[in-house]
Amino acid sequence: MHPNLSFEQAPPISVPYRFFLTAPWFGVAAGLLLAWLGEDAFASRWTPGILAITHLLVAGFMLQAMCGALLQFIPVAAGGNVWKPRLLAACVHPLLILAAALLVTAFLTTESRLFLAASHLFALALGAYVLVVGTALVRTPGQGNTLWALRFAVVGLAVTLILGVLLAQALGGLHSLSLIEVTQVHAAWGLGGWALMLVFGVSYYVVPMFQLTPAYPAWLAKALPPAMLGVLSLWSFQLSGRVDGWQRGVFIAGLATAGVYAVATLYLQAKRRRKVSDPTLVLFRGAMFALLAIFASGLLFVLIPSLGEEAMAPLWIGVLAIPGVFVSVISGMLYKIVPFLNWLHLQQLAGLTQVPPNMRQMIPERAITGQMRLHFGAVAAMLLAVPVPSLSRAAGLLFAASCAWLGWNLVTGVRAYLRFKGRILAADSGHES
Amino acid sequence: MTNLTQPLHDHHKHCDELFAAAEADAHGNKWDSCEDALTRFREELEAHFCTEEQVLFPAFETATGMAGGPTQMMRFEHAQMRDLIGQLSAALAARDRDAFAGTAETLLIMMQQHNMKEENILYPMCDRSLPSDTVDVAGALKQRLEAECLV
Repeated sequence: MHPNLSFEQAPPISVPYRFFLTAPWFGVAAGLLLAWLGEDAFASRWTPGILAITHLLVAGFMLQAMCGALLQFIPVAAGGNVWKPRLLAACVHPLLILAAALLVTAFLTTESRLFLAASHLFALALGAYVLVVGTALVRTPGQGNTLWALRFAVVGLAVTLILGVLLAQALGGLHSLSLIEVTQVHAAWGLGGWALMLVFGVSYYVVPMFQLTPAYPAWLAKALPPAMLGVLSLWSFQLSGRVDGWQRGVFIAGLATAGVYAVATLYLQAKRRRKVSDPTLVLFRGAMFALLAIFASGLLFVLIPSLGEEAMAPLWIGVLAIPGVFVSVISGMLYKIVPFLNWLHLQQLAGLTQVPPNMRQMIPERAITGQMRLHFGAVAAMLLAVPVPSLSRAAGLLFAASCAWLGWNLVTGVRAYLRFKGRILAADSGHES
Repeated sequence: MTNLTQPLHDHHKHCDELFAAAEADAHGNKWDSCEDALTRFREELEAHFCTEEQVLFPAFETATGMAGGPTQMMRFEHAQMRDLIGQLSAALAARDRDAFAGTAETLLIMMQQHNMKEENILYPMCDRSLPSDTVDVAGALKQRLEAECLV
């Protein structure tokens, strides 16, 4: 395949949008579940409630948004050809919704058949996704550090899936596993090997683009993904069921790798040539500060073991990582991607004869800023709820409200798209008649 | 492989600076200096597009026989960006800060995506298929910056 073919291979707008429009409502469910469970949820990271909330966010919110974004991103940024994206999305999207719903219900009811059903559905949906997307990323004639990060991210997704399926099967009574150790490895691959790796690759592309920053230094962009992969491989020694003392060093090395990326991103953003700020920049920076806070907290937990052994330590890191880092980055990206894709598709539909609305006319700026403030407020409330569990109901409601507002803002964007599409088509049929 | 397209790489960065200046002026309601910055940006970007459309793309199309491929797409995107710059000028004339900001945002992403496609795909293809003495990109760009575009 010749690289020039990659110019016009962006998928139909419905492919990413069906994932994007679904994602926030998993966040709403997570917030409501936290509000419903209240103090009990934050007793430990192993309560069924917190496992359900976590998976609503990672296998619901994050997985939906990231799977949709990658389908859009591969042709545009990596020159890859995804096989039948419309069919893939039509199959994978509903299966993932169902799989996540079953898994969450399984955690809440501890019903073994539900764990098995969820594991089969995830294996089917993500297996197909990894196969198709992985093939596109292997075959693309494109080059560069973004592409390598995307390839590694898909490897990370595959490892997370395999370990997740094994865990669900174990909870479903199919076989026995060292549940705690396998979960540690599963979570690290999911957050570090899939989600953060994807953020690396996307950042290399969009951070300079959105704010006119200098590019990431080539050596750093090249080194970060394999460094993270190396750390995760060492971390996976725990799969044997034995956790040696040196794993503490691996833990810190993983957080330090993420920290280096955060410092580099903040430094580049400080050097931006574009002086005008926007919510995407603020959300991205918020996420980078959360990543640095994770590094600092992790270091503290290792240096002061009595603190690290507290039940709240992993919850603190989890809140910083999932709502703090990933929900922030994803929200910021959605606020850029949806208005731009709206404009691009409308522009191509209209040709040069009609003027589609500009990006800021798709979702009102005030609504984006308001939602962003509520999101940061909700993250702060959830962090406070870790040491003060009586706040967890309020924190859950705030987070649910923030995600609902995000979902509504995206619906507003899609309605703007449909409205102007209708106008363009009406004008065209008017010309013809 | 040559690096005859290097001046165009460098010129992208220069145009980015001019864009950022115009956008910051409009954001701060400094419409007079915004007008100067936008005029400079428009002139530089137009010279850049003309150099590609009149010099680089025809040489590439002749050398490779690919007339309907990436160069056609790049010409289409140039037209999209010219259209957006027209909208920026209208927003400037109306002193409409919101319209300027929204159009600038759209143009920025359009322009950056376009530049990445050129820098990552098309320019390397040109550097591979054109001998270095075929076209003088720097000279052509300079000529178009100093005079009106040679249509």
